[in-house]
Amino acid sequence: MQELSIRAGGAAGDGIASVGEAFSRSLSRMGLNLFGLNAYQSVIRGGHVWFQARASDAPVHSQGDRVDLLYALDRQTVEVHAPLLAPGGIVVFDPEKFSVAEGDLPKGVDAFPVPTLQLARKYTTQPILQNAAGIGATAFLAGIPLETVQKVLADSFGKKKGEIADWNLGASGDGYRYAEQHHAPSPHAVRPSGPAKLLLTGNEAIALGAAAAGVKFLAQYPMTPASSVMHWMAAHSHDLGIVVKQAEDELAAINMAIGASYAGVRSMTATSGGGFALMVEALGMAGMTETPLVVVEAQRAGPSTGLPTKTEQGDLNLMLGAGQGEFPRAILAPSNALEAYRAAVEAVRLAEAWQTPILLASDLHLSENYMTIDRSEVSFDVPIPSLYQVEANGNDYKRYLYTPSGVSPRALPGQPGLQFIAGSDEHDEKGHLISDVRSGLPHWVAERTKMMDKRMHKLDGLRHDAPPVLVEGAANPSLTLLAWGSTVGAVRDAMVQLTAAGIPTRLVYPRTVYPLDTATLVPLLTGPEPKLLVEANFSGQLGRLLRSETSIDLPDKLLKYDGEPFYPTEIVAKVREVLNRVRK
Amino acid sequence: MSESSVQAAAPVGTPLPLIGKSDTKPTWCPGCGDYGVIAAIEMAVKRLKLPSHTVVLVSGIGCSSNLPHFLSSYGFHAIHGRALPVAEGIRWGNHGLTVIATGGDGDGYGIGAGHLVHAMRRNVDLTYVTMNNQIYGLTTGQASPTSMLGQKTKSTPTGVIENPIDPVSLALASGATYIARGFSGDVKQLADLVAGAITHKGFAFVDTMSPCVTYNKINTFDFFRQRVYKLEAAGHDPTNLVTAWERSLEWGEKIPTGLFYRAERPTYEELEEVLSAGPLVGQPAGLKGRESLLDEFL
Repeated sequence: MQELSIRAGGAAGDGIASVGEAFSRSLSRMGLNLFGLNAYQSVIRGGHVWFQARASDAPVHSQGDRVDLLYALDRQTVEVHAPLLAPGGIVVFDPEKFSVAEGDLPKGVDAFPVPTLQLARKYTTQPILQNAAGIGATAFLAGIPLETVQKVLADSFGKKKGEIADWNLGASGDGYRYAEQHHAPSPHAVRPSGPAKLLLTGNEAIALGAAAAGVKFLAQYPMTPASSVMHWMAAHSHDLGIVVKQAEDELAAINMAIGASYAGVRSMTATSGGGFALMVEALGMAGMTETPLVVVEAQRAGPSTGLPTKTEQGDLNLMLGAGQGEFPRAILAPSNALEAYRAAVEAVRLAEAWQTPILLASDLHLSENYMTIDRSEVSFDVPIPSLYQVEANGNDYKRYLYTPSGVSPRALPGQPGLQFIAGSDEHDEKGHLISDVRSGLPHWVAERTKMMDKRMHKLDGLRHDAPPVLVEGAANPSLTLLAWGSTVGAVRDAMVQLTAAGIPTRLVYPRTVYPLDTATLVPLLTGPEPKLLVEANFSGQLGRLLRSETSIDLPDKLLKYDGEPFYPTEIVAKVREVLNRVRK
Repeated sequence: MSESSVQAAAPVGTPLPLIGKSDTKPTWCPGCGDYGVIAAIEMAVKRLKLPSHTVVLVSGIGCSSNLPHFLSSYGFHAIHGRALPVAEGIRWGNHGLTVIATGGDGDGYGIGAGHLVHAMRRNVDLTYVTMNNQIYGLTTGQASPTSMLGQKTKSTPTGVIENPIDPVSLALASGATYIARGFSGDVKQLADLVAGAITHKGFAFVDTMSPCVTYNKINTFDFFRQRVYKLEAAGHDPTNLVTAWERSLEWGEKIPTGLFYRAERPTYEELEEVLSAGPLVGQPAGLKGRESLLDEFL
């Protein structure tokens, strides 16, 4: 098995994201699986940013725990990240900018000075070109062929050829050859491993899945880490015929999406927790008017403005309880880019099938980081049924007809003879208000109950129609882990380490966090082995939901709310701790 | 023709029902100004011979926002303050539909004011008719954004101390392209204004003084009857932005009604390139055959 992690760090404005993407794309084009972590702060310039690209020919589920190559654009990067370097690790830096003494680095780690500024000066005095030389030098150490990294750089300039593109190619080649002449490759250097893989962020996967499932309208207000859903959709708006509306606020965004959906267009909005908090009232309106809607909730660390560029799974309670009163909803929580693509397809289908809002829970860790997918795993062959389901038949059309499933035939405005009012007030089968002059009268009291029952009955259908619980790992585990969303990635990597250490574990992962498939979960979580709940929030929100739905209490929890993603070793350590305690 | 263009799909010569009253009777107080407004909307839509299934009435919450229930068209009775974003979404989903948003002063100028400004600057091609009674009626008589200075209400027992919003000058500043004030005591004029608003290409706004007979004892039918005069009769040129501004500032002994301003400007729907291929609802969806899209991720 080959595995390599490259980390690059510097100040905001140093171009770290571009450097990280160049490494990531080079490695994914070599056919390696990859996880690319983009760690940044909520500032445009200044501050410390870093990017980690972890590649392997085995599955890669998280940023991992190890750094093999560190490309440091400033002294702070060495101070912050050098402790993570494993023996055999190499720090690439420019001695013209700062020095690295042997005592600064862990044992067995090598400092490799590369005159990136000097190499770049051959072409221009613009300091940003130093990155091309640094990328070239690091690529050599990583085992990335020069032509691969140069093609990635050339592609990043797109059709904008010219001297800047030429300088980048020249400087990267010079850096590459400098390293070749002055240093041996990393002991973890990788080799090409197969056909190029798709490299995309969770948000790109969500946008792609939504488009594949027939979404034609997106209304959104910018908010990290959800904005790139809109960026991808906007970039493809004309090409794919998708209307993308940047709304004046999140209130408008969700209401516009509901309006477009009522008109018969598959519609979506995306936001983070703060924006979702504003959408809450309209979410209930989608439930009440039985208007299909997909809402992407890309969580970030809260509360309030919180840590805008850091990850958390702290909004599950909000998503579960969003809206006054009760209405059916489902919450899908994919763990990686491929699942995000599929979850978006499913969310659109479920919203239409059950005529109710479907939430797609992401978080910064999934939404903004890079993951690879085999091209063959993405299919655009998604059924998109016509929404013209009913035709006028006399004057008896009932938009909110009582049915066994709770789903009523939906007419679209523009269809003759099927006029109805979609009402946010309680209404009868025809959509007539029962909220004012009829409210409280015996017949209408009973109708209200029937209408609530009809809507809420959709939950039973959703429970069976939404993506099922995934179970991975050992059939007879020493310990069972329960996790959801992007946290599952680090859990999967931790399980690999635990298996290697002779500790068989099992993952129980409800891809649909709500409604919980309790019939499946209960037998999985009541075996004799210890259980560990892993969540990126303070209170263990999935654990609380599980307890309220099943009375199962998972006392052992690994909860993290520092804004940073889980690292596999943290989970391994906690599993060992629980097992050691139980064995005593 | 795709099934999406339903509203145009009826064979020529087939009589399609025009808008009329629904089987739900209005629940407004006897003498409420909103009766005049619904009569004017019904007259205007009938006059334009728009079949009822091609019209969508969208409202928020408040006494006046119950209006869609009382007519036979499609309707969306949304939550408080959000009639306009819902209406915009409907237009963008199917711009073959005639979309008329209605609601009160609290709904449009209070909780929904942010949306009003943006819908106007976008010049979305829809009609917005407000029933402005300068009071919160459904919640039994609190001050509204258009309550006059000094007015005593349940929430302002010693009198309103905030300057009222002037919807007409707000609309002028925001970029609406058809700006009128109606009075529910003059249904004929109001119907003309609404018909003009519906036929206008762009955001058409009819702020309608629609007295609340129960909770506003100041801005009554008589209050307006004594003060209103018609801009048209006064020789106002609605294409003149400067004089439109001057007239919009008149509020006191004389209150102008009629069309303040009208301009031609491309609508949002005309400028949104995706909609040039026809109503979104009828356009092909999905990515079948677009596998090359994945190349960008390689």
